[in-house]
Order: sequence, then structure tokens, then C-alpha cells
Amino acid sequence: MVSPTPSSSTVHTAYDSKIEGNVIITRVDAAINWMRKNSMWPMPMGLACCAIEMMATACSRYDLSRFGMEVMRFSPRQADVLIVSGTVTYKMALAVKRIWDQMPEPKWCIAMGACASSGGMYRSYAVLQGIDRLIPVDVYISGCPPRPEALIQGLMKVQEKIEGEKSTMTQKQSFFEEVS
Amino acid sequence: MSATTDVTRLTEAFGAKILKTVEFRGEQTLYVEPASLHDVLAKCRNDYGYEMVLDISSVDHFGDDPRFEMVYEIATLDDSSRLRVKAAFAEDESVPTATDLWAGADWHEREVWDMMGIPFSDHPNLKRILMWEGYPFFPLRKDFPLAGRPSEMPDVAFSGVAPLEGGPFVTTAGGEDTVRREPRARIVE
Repeated sequence: MVSPTPSSSTVHTAYDSKIEGNVIITRVDAAINWMRKNSMWPMPMGLACCAIEMMATACSRYDLSRFGMEVMRFSPRQADVLIVSGTVTYKMALAVKRIWDQMPEPKWCIAMGACASSGGMYRSYAVLQGIDRLIPVDVYISGCPPRPEALIQGLMKVQEKIEGEKSTMTQKQSFFEEVS
Repeated sequence: MSATTDVTRLTEAFGAKILKTVEFRGEQTLYVEPASLHDVLAKCRNDYGYEMVLDISSVDHFGDDPRFEMVYEIATLDDSSRLRVKAAFAEDESVPTATDLWAGADWHEREVWDMMGIPFSDHPNLKRILMWEGYPFFPLRKDFPLAGRPSEMPDVAFSGVAPLEGGPFVTTAGGEDTVRREPRARIVE
């Protein structure tokens, strides 16, 4: 094999024209948030009629995959956002909490519909009066059940929330204080 | 065979043990002495072909004695005749199970036990079916508040009190005027 002859043109050592335009300078937080918000994998917690709307949201007409959220994970260990869609009875409540506890950080929770948010019309001995009595909720979606557009907006609200997070800054805060 | 002839045959067979028979819009109801409830049901099942139990339910006549009433809805398989059998039971009495007659009675009786707290004797698997095992109340009894009562079972379940904001709001069917017919807060003693 013939060894390649050195090019007659100038060799740039510090600058490569091939990657010009492919380098973006940003903050770590902004990059992490951008990656997190555009591939939120939901954990569907379908407990009542809201689940039907959630399924419709994932299907082709409303198409959650436009936002990178179509990967419904039926294992909490692979999920980022828990969508509690439906009536949470006391009998089911600790099962929902158990699934939430199994989800790895960072994680978000959506209370979809009136029942998951507040117990809805079930002012009853059998129904937990809002999932926020058990686990922290990031976004509440009104409606009984909410339309798929509402769920999409709820998920976009979670995206907005993720955009504003400063996880690295918070984590390294003491370090920055020492340095400055 | 229609339900009407079955009622006649049952009253002939059991005599005074059948307390009352009622016909309302073609529906036949038998009021039976609690001690002979199982015999009557067995005769319906074995001799008159009532092979299907449609429903087993119970009524809480809170304040009356006897307090509870069992209601059995039974039918023949071709649905040509239907029968309703009722029997009254006091609070400390247990009801003879119907699971030896109809296997389908199993879950119905478990629901009656779960919601109303009426025990069944000789039931093969009498445990709660809707609420969790260990829940301390019987929620469909008249003296149980709709909002519920707090309870706690670590790692199993808990329950709380629902905010009713002055409710429960109850409609009064057949009330004299609109004001009385619309939903109003009613104090349950």
C-alpha cells in the first residue's frame, strides 16, 4: 500500500474546517435540559376513562411522538414522567406510590383529569382525594376526562418546567462559591 | 312453567313459612322465614329449574328490627320465569350460604359481606372482595358516612375522609315542589 503523500495545502492544526458550524457553545444545564425535555418517556398509570384519552393521545391522530414522548414504558424503571390518569382508589393508592418510588430520578408527575387531581366527582369513602396527597405533582390537567390536546399541553408544560431547571448549577453551587 | 305457578306450588309446599307473596307488574316476590330460606331456594333450584342466580343483594333497614334483608334474584336458564326471594335477618344472625346451590353465589355473597357486613355460614371463601382485607368498616351500611372514615394499614392501604362541603346532597323524588325535589343537604342522624 502506498503511503499517503502529504497534501500540498496548508495543514490547520488548531482549526478544522470540516467541523466548522457543527460546534455549539452552551451551558451544561441548557444541554441537559434540552435532551431531557425532548425524550420524556411516560409511565402510563391508566386507572379510569382518562386512560382512553391518554391512549388516543399516543395514537396517530394526536401523535405524541412529535414531542418524543411516544415511548410509553410499562416499567417504571425506564420512565421519566408518571401520568396518573384516572380515579385513584385507596386500594390502588399505595400501588401508585410504589411505582413512583421505583422511577429513577429525575422524574416528573402529571395528574391527569379531575379524579387524579382532586378526587373529582368521587367524594366518597373509597377514593383518594387527589394523588398529590401521596406523591408530588408537577402539572395538573383539568377535564373529565381531558381531551388529548389538554394532555399534550400538560406534557408541554412539563417541558417548560424542565427548561427552567438548573440541576448542574445547583449541584455544583458550593464549588462555584469556593472558586469565586 | 311460569313464575306464577311456581309461587303457588311453593306456597302449597311451605305453607306458613312463606310469609307473604307480592306480584308487581308481573314480577313475583316471595317473603320467606329466614330459617327456611335455604330450603325454599333449594326447591326452586332443584325442582323448578331456577338454575341461574342473577343477583344477591341486601338492604339495610337501619332502625328497624330485624335490620337486614337479603334479596335473591333467580331465573330459569331460558329466562321464561324469574323469582325474587326476600328474607329478613337481625344484625347478629348469619345467612345460610347459597354457594352449594349456585356456584355464582360465591362472589355475590362476598360483596354482601364486604359492603354490608352480613356473615354467611358455610361459605367456602368468605373474605372481602372490593375493599382490602383488614378494612375495619362496612361502607354501605346506613350508619356509615358517605365521606368515609380514616383507617390505616401500613404497607397495605389507608383511607381518609372526603370533603363534602355540607353534603351529601340528596334529591327527594316526588317532592311537592321544585325546591324540595332539587338536591339538598340532608342531615343523616
